[in-house]
Amino acid sequence: MAKVVVLGSGFAGQTAVLNLRKSLKKEHEVIVVTPQKKFGYIPSYIWVGVARMDVADTQFDLAPVYKKTGVTYVNGLAKSIHPDENFVKVDLIDGGEDKIEYDFLINATGPKLNYEATEGLGPVHGHTVSVCTPTHAHEAGEEYLKMVEKMERGETVKMLIGTGHGMATCQGAAFEYIHNIAFDLEERGLLDKANITWLSNEQALGDFGVGGMVIGKGGYTVSGKIFAEASFMERGMKWITGAHVKKVEKGKATYITFDSSEDQVEEFDFAMLIPAFAGVPMKYIDKSGNDISGELCAPNGMLKVDADYASAGRGFDNWKKEDWPETYQTPNYGNLYAAGIAFAPPHPISKPGKSPDGTPITATPPRTGMAAAIIGHAVANSIADIVNGVSDKPTHTASMGDFGAACVASMGKSMTKGSAAVIGMYPVVPDYDKYNYGRDMDATFGDQGLAGHWLKIVLHYLFLYKMKGKFGWSLIPD
Amino acid sequence: MKVTYTPYSQLADAWMQPGAFAKFTQTCVIWQLIKFAGFNLKIIKILAKGH
Repeated sequence: MAKVVVLGSGFAGQTAVLNLRKSLKKEHEVIVVTPQKKFGYIPSYIWVGVARMDVADTQFDLAPVYKKTGVTYVNGLAKSIHPDENFVKVDLIDGGEDKIEYDFLINATGPKLNYEATEGLGPVHGHTVSVCTPTHAHEAGEEYLKMVEKMERGETVKMLIGTGHGMATCQGAAFEYIHNIAFDLEERGLLDKANITWLSNEQALGDFGVGGMVIGKGGYTVSGKIFAEASFMERGMKWITGAHVKKVEKGKATYITFDSSEDQVEEFDFAMLIPAFAGVPMKYIDKSGNDISGELCAPNGMLKVDADYASAGRGFDNWKKEDWPETYQTPNYGNLYAAGIAFAPPHPISKPGKSPDGTPITATPPRTGMAAAIIGHAVANSIADIVNGVSDKPTHTASMGDFGAACVASMGKSMTKGSAAVIGMYPVVPDYDKYNYGRDMDATFGDQGLAGHWLKIVLHYLFLYKMKGKFGWSLIPD
Repeated sequence: MKVTYTPYSQLADAWMQPGAFAKFTQTCVIWQLIKFAGFNLKIIKILAKGH
């Protein structure tokens, strides 16, 4: 009887858990360890952040799902992994601790939101709101409505949206948030009372941490940057890119750029800046009790897997699709895997940059819900095949250089007047050896309109349904 | 909201203002239903390439 433990209940973890339970006989145990009591559909937090959706509509309770599907649910925070001895130490949310043994372990713990990397960033100890967690998104929505009240009184409000560190990711979420704010204000007749500015670490608007993209449009092959900038222009929003935020104080963000190491300041009344991500604060301990996290993890705390980590030193012009992991198995422990944001990428996808003083300013690789789920699914299938005796090594691969992704970036929530940008790219990691523009132009596209919003809403309900493991869930693609 | 065209400004360099017909198509239900179907077909193509 095998014990497969999954740490985390986000897109990667939940997908892995459901697929493991589906593929393994009842005699094998599937255990999920998560500090969460609810699954949160993160893509919809931006709507919570503009008070156009309740938090409750983005979540469901996990316990009943695990009970129904026959998954052992441990509501706790994994604090150390002991890979020589195959167990995890867990702090239980309701008190006490547990030691959970495993035959296979998937680290799908997602990111640590590293607000501490930027002084003054974040909603808890800082001066910016956040849409990264359900509680913070709800608070952001309340703060946003206070700004609306100010504008209704005739005041002009400065809003600053983007990334709060030179190595941040998730520019897509910030893009959605800035557009949803602009849309909501336009609907209220208040957009002319808002001074909205984008501030990010991207090489150019539309980079999104994936090196931007080129799409076919009206018989032309066009850079996505043009459409990203045009979308900002249409709403009168200005943008600053190539920026690293050094610190945030009440009402102002201090940053440096590719061009200048001198501090520049952007003032604000309301700011949402995405933090840099790191691995969750969890140690790896060997059988002698030594902390081997430094060996197993990248400097940001994310777990190294079967990627070519030496490729980072070869420089952007020499990066290849083959640098990226395929099986997500760790090199030193065959029964330890990482999926979703928890795995350490070999290097960025986007071209790295820095300020004149050497401060790195690089949009780091996003792992969207779709990518995280695809990876979680592949890892689960590999482990299931090993447990079921089909193979003694991973059988499924999911390199980001071999699969594509669709991203639907909301630009306004309304069934009749809303909009979203629908972007498809294949592959996620560009392959300039194979494709002129890095991607297959037959499967790479970008468009915008009301249909995009309909698609976004469909995905909201579809994935909440799927993640509950309801009838037919496995027929819904990741 | 009407955005003012100011030559040599950041917004002017990114100018791609939709005209009346383009604006109409962005929320025209019939046209957007066709696009919705198109988006789904394109996404299915991406999914198929990844498998």
